[in-house]
Amino acid sequence: MAVAGRMAPIADRNAPLARRNPVAKLGAAAVLALALVVSLDPVGPAVALVVELFAVPFFGIRYGALARRMWPLLISVAGAEVTLLLFAAEREHIVASALALGLRLLAVALPGVLVFATTDPTDLADALVQNARVSPRFAIGTLAAWRLVPLLGDEWRLINAARRARGVEGGRNPVARLRLFASASFTLLVGAIRRGTRLATAMDARGFDSGARRTSARTQRFVRADAALVAGACALAALAVGASVGSGAFRPLFS
Amino acid sequence: MSTVRLRGFGHRHAGRRRWAVRGVDLEIADGERVALLGPSGAGKSTLLAALAGLLPPESGEREGTVEIDGEEPRAVRDRIAMVFQDPQSQLVMERAGDDVAFGLENRGTPGELIRPLVEDALRRVRFPYPYERRTHALSGGEQQRLALAGALVTGPGLLLLDEPTANLDPAGAALVREVLAGIDGTTQIVVEHRIAELTSQLDRVIVLEPGGGIRADGPPARIFAEHGERLAADGVWVPGHPVPAHPPRVPAGEPLLHARSLTHEPVFTADALPEVTVRAAEAMAVVGPNGVGKSTLALMLGGLLVPGGGRVEATGALAGADDAMPPHKWRARALAARIGSVFQNPGHQFVTAKVRDELALGGAEAARVDELLGRLRLDALAEANPHTLSGGEQRRLSVATALAAAPRLLVLDEPTFGQDRRTWSELVVLLAQLRDEGHGVVAVTHDPDFCAALGARELRLGVRRLAAV
Repeated sequence: MAVAGRMAPIADRNAPLARRNPVAKLGAAAVLALALVVSLDPVGPAVALVVELFAVPFFGIRYGALARRMWPLLISVAGAEVTLLLFAAEREHIVASALALGLRLLAVALPGVLVFATTDPTDLADALVQNARVSPRFAIGTLAAWRLVPLLGDEWRLINAARRARGVEGGRNPVARLRLFASASFTLLVGAIRRGTRLATAMDARGFDSGARRTSARTQRFVRADAALVAGACALAALAVGASVGSGAFRPLFS
Repeated sequence: MSTVRLRGFGHRHAGRRRWAVRGVDLEIADGERVALLGPSGAGKSTLLAALAGLLPPESGEREGTVEIDGEEPRAVRDRIAMVFQDPQSQLVMERAGDDVAFGLENRGTPGELIRPLVEDALRRVRFPYPYERRTHALSGGEQQRLALAGALVTGPGLLLLDEPTANLDPAGAALVREVLAGIDGTTQIVVEHRIAELTSQLDRVIVLEPGGGIRADGPPARIFAEHGERLAADGVWVPGHPVPAHPPRVPAGEPLLHARSLTHEPVFTADALPEVTVRAAEAMAVVGPNGVGKSTLALMLGGLLVPGGGRVEATGALAGADDAMPPHKWRARALAARIGSVFQNPGHQFVTAKVRDELALGGAEAARVDELLGRLRLDALAEANPHTLSGGEQRRLSVATALAAAPRLLVLDEPTFGQDRRTWSELVVLLAQLRDEGHGVVAVTHDPDFCAALGARELRLGVRRLAAV
């Protein structure tokens, strides 16, 4: 349930950038991610992150809500920083690298978080099929499977309760705990496969496997504003790379 | 409307020695409403799957022919619709209307025609919510109505129903039957354990013979009069064959558990739950509509869920020296020896790869294991893998595992759910015996016959206000 909760939309759906076509949002995030992984310096990610943070309100998300959603990421970035700083041999050299790494993680992750926080999964699947020519079998199939994910959380709690009811518990013995975890995971997996198979049968019974050309009840359009979002992301990517080259900090990933 | 014709039909699932169904000759006319009956394992579901075109050649070996309107089912799939037992694993989309549209999209209905067809189907099943309603916020009965809308939206000639009400509470099942009664112009074939309430809306009953072929075929009244007794003995729920009652032979005994001011957000808010006392030698049935928190209560009473507020107190009669400690803090071993819990889904409870090992898990002696195997008719299956058992066998095994450590109190969640008449009766007899031997029995149930047969004290939980979408 935690996973699905973390991915559910938290934004005002009518905000100017939240309304954009899901494929455009995904494309924009991908462009930025690609541009930011090519260099190891801190300048490019810093520029991108500043602009991204300015864009947050246009996605209809308040900074507080964003911080709440991103805290696991913030903690892992902080953890990586501390580890690098504590265990690095060449201190001064590493401080710059650690800073760059942290900025890069945030600048790449933030657009992804914005996309999923402002996009309804159904809209994303529709747009992938209609605007990006992704196979409906894949997109709609994944969407249907995604709906079963929250059930796994409840299932997991029940399986573990059932084991306690049988008098089985790990106690303080780590080996026993591990074995219990493995056996509960297996039960969870068996149940998930059974449920998935039933869902697939039900979908095929409604003609999902008919091979006919599929239409859609909902239309996703890719309009000029969507193209503009992707163009904006390209411009930001160019700006970030330009700034890092211009400042002399550019350090290509493969050199 | 569609006609169905089977000639010497048989199907054997890949890798099985036994034919699931064999030697079936059958003709069903346009618009007939037919129930397919037979003991567990007679091949009802396999036959339905064959009619739906869901048994591709690689799924097994085929004999004879199946024709819908003179053609192979797979060739006329767009004329056939099917509704399954479990609502949760047949709804595909998040919004109710989108889910109904799914079948139309798959056959390439132009986008602009879809919405009116969906609205019409939602009206036909009297779906009480707008198009945008989230499917996970619906009750089981409403979800099954929605699944029916998704089946009817394509205007099928043949509607196949595989236990459409088996997972529902009585109110939900009534909703579904009401919709089925109002469908005209579609041939309906239904497989259902509990057929009594459906009888008035059936034209014909067909009874499959487990070894192959058809045992009986005709109008419901005649079939039930001529074959009712044998069907009931085979485990089919036949109207007019009531199950024997097993009222308590001894008065309720000492208290075993007290539950005081229990809460568990968001299901139980403050004051939602009355004070509960569970007694020895008494069966208590926890009843109420879906979603009201019956299972949550069972988990808390069973020491498997920490109460959100309030407390569960065990008496010395149940807990011995541990009576100062609430059950959820007991060690698992101690808990299993005092309170046995039986879950709704038996598969959750199995931890080993052999029926015998399941029973021996808590250190039960071989003699006790053999006694339980015999008592629950599992002796022939002692070496089988629990996950490969049939639904009824799994249910019996899950009860046996809870009894292995000889607990004084037994807590069961929907023990009779989806069971055939035979397993059902065996469970009632067993629980009545346990009760009269001085055990406490708590059962969460939707099943009024079960409460009546045990003469159970009813604890009715109120209607919870469902959270808005």
